[in-house]
Amino acid sequence: MSFSWTRVRAMAGKELTEYRRTGSIISTMAVVPLVFILPPMIEIFTSSASALASGDRLIYMLGIPAIVPAVIAAYAVVGERQQGTLEPVLTTPIRREELLLGKAIAALAPSLLMSYLVYGLALALVEIFASAGAATAVLKGGEIIAQVIFTPLVAGWAIWAGMAISTRTRDARVAQQLGTLVSLPVFIVAALIAFGAIHASLGLVLGLGGALAVLDFVGWRVTSALFDRERLITAGK
Amino acid sequence: MQPVGEPGASALSAVGLCKRFGERVAFEDVTFEVGRGEVFGFLGPNGAGKTTTVRTLATLIKPSAGSATVAGLPLRAENEVEIRRRIAVMPESPGLYLRLSVEENLTCFAHLYELPKPKPRIEAALQAVRLLERRADPCGSLSKGLRQRVCLARALLSDPEILFLDEPTSGLDPVAARDVHELIDGLRRQGVTIFLTTHRLDEAERLCDRVAILNTTLRSIGRPDELRDQLFARTLTVHTLAPLPEPGRVFEGLACVESWRAEDSTSYVLGVSDVTVAAPAAVRALVAAGADVLSVGESRHSLQDVYLELVDEDVEGRRR
Ligand SMILES: Nc1ncnc2c1ncn2[C@@H]1O[C@H](COP(=O)(O)OP(=O)(O)OP(=O)(O)O)[C@@H](O)[C@H]1O
Ligand SMILES: [Mg+2]
Repeated sequence: MSFSWTRVRAMAGKELTEYRRTGSIISTMAVVPLVFILPPMIEIFTSSASALASGDRLIYMLGIPAIVPAVIAAYAVVGERQQGTLEPVLTTPIRREELLLGKAIAALAPSLLMSYLVYGLALALVEIFASAGAATAVLKGGEIIAQVIFTPLVAGWAIWAGMAISTRTRDARVAQQLGTLVSLPVFIVAALIAFGAIHASLGLVLGLGGALAVLDFVGWRVTSALFDRERLITAGK
Repeated sequence: MQPVGEPGASALSAVGLCKRFGERVAFEDVTFEVGRGEVFGFLGPNGAGKTTTVRTLATLIKPSAGSATVAGLPLRAENEVEIRRRIAVMPESPGLYLRLSVEENLTCFAHLYELPKPKPRIEAALQAVRLLERRADPCGSLSKGLRQRVCLARALLSDPEILFLDEPTSGLDPVAARDVHELIDGLRRQGVTIFLTTHRLDEAERLCDRVAILNTTLRSIGRPDELRDQLFARTLTVHTLAPLPEPGRVFEGLACVESWRAEDSTSYVLGVSDVTVAAPAAVRALVAAGADVLSVGESRHSLQDVYLELVDEDVEGRRR
């Protein structure tokens, strides 16, 4: 018997319906983007065009795909375990890879939507309201493409890190805090680039992108290997 | 439906099955066989290892020793997915998604089983537990008993070959429990093999073809009436209006009466080998002796007596 997309979809669909009805996830989705759009906006609207020339302020907004999916994914397994819903799911024919991929897709979809939406909003604000000099300094084709490509790569890392933690912790809150912590390095690199502390050469960008792509790919396998049915069902409640 | 106990027709079997959690033995040396279409009761006190046995057979946890066959497949890692496709488990706690409606819960599971036509199956399952009109309610708004029924409907969705029910009637009101019993009867008629753990001995006696009594190890296994006969001699209890002057002369030497004792001044307990011979003989002898007979009855031991006898033995054994 082979991998079943029906089961992946069933799991993802269930998760998305639950998120829509979970207040804490909705508020995370609302608050986190604010935290990451405000600093670059304040900077862009208060600095001179020459000060904005180095760095890429909007890269700071990669904090959204770094943090939002990490928080959701960190809850994904341990949350079900705490609610006692994991056992019935695990008695169905679902494989751990299917379960985890379903949950990952469910964490990815709203995170990407939110990240792109807020990024689009930021671009529009700069285009419409910033001074001509500031707009030229900030809106660069290469940087926009980089942001579009890095958003899912960063989200992927955040999801697998969060989910790996989720399969190995007993407490949902602890998992969410650890998940945020693990996503932090990615965000810190982004922030350093944003404010010009690190110069983002093409080589560095390609290197980072490649590393994230590899991590996203192995993340699924590593997390699946960490997912131990017996431990999840029996180890201390 | 295949006849119960036919060789090669076993739906479920375990040989020397054992599960340890570190030092603690959850159950050990468990050997049994369940025929296709049989309702098999798994009884035992708290902590006896019933839930752990169900989880082991349902591929959720790995046995520490021994082997098992589930729905025709050896219990091995490579068969896990296929075994899970053929069975369904109603776990001890319902584990429903409380933010989802009854129907959304079942739909998710129907897809996890890759059912080709989920809608009619969901309706049939809800119908079976009489929950059709609550289908749109969030599970979080249901009472404990109703959640239990949703959980049962979820276990019925995939038309399993073997249904594991872990205390399906715990916490249900008498009417709801009776509904569940009727449902189990119906499933038995359809030929579904049922593995039922319970504390309710009346339930086991009424529903199960055979029962096993577990207390870490298997203490006994057989039909409820067989277990009774194995453990307890059959007895007749005689009540008379007045004390018999010479009870020994009345009861000794009667056909099929093996022993007698006076319980109090007007009642006597006879150990008998065949009630149908001993009862009429005793009545004739009493009448001939001029006694006024109030009643002669077979004392029936219930499964509860069997259970208490076995489990108490264990407790006493441990104290020693
Ligand atoms: N994860 C675990 N780690 C350690 N011991 C465990 C674990 N799970 C179960 N046990 C132990 O194994 C034994 C059997 O437990 P189990 O839950 O199977 O009992 P049960 O017969 O279902 O009891 P109940 O009637 O209370 O439901 C108990 O002593 C229990 O404490
Ligand atoms: Mg139990």
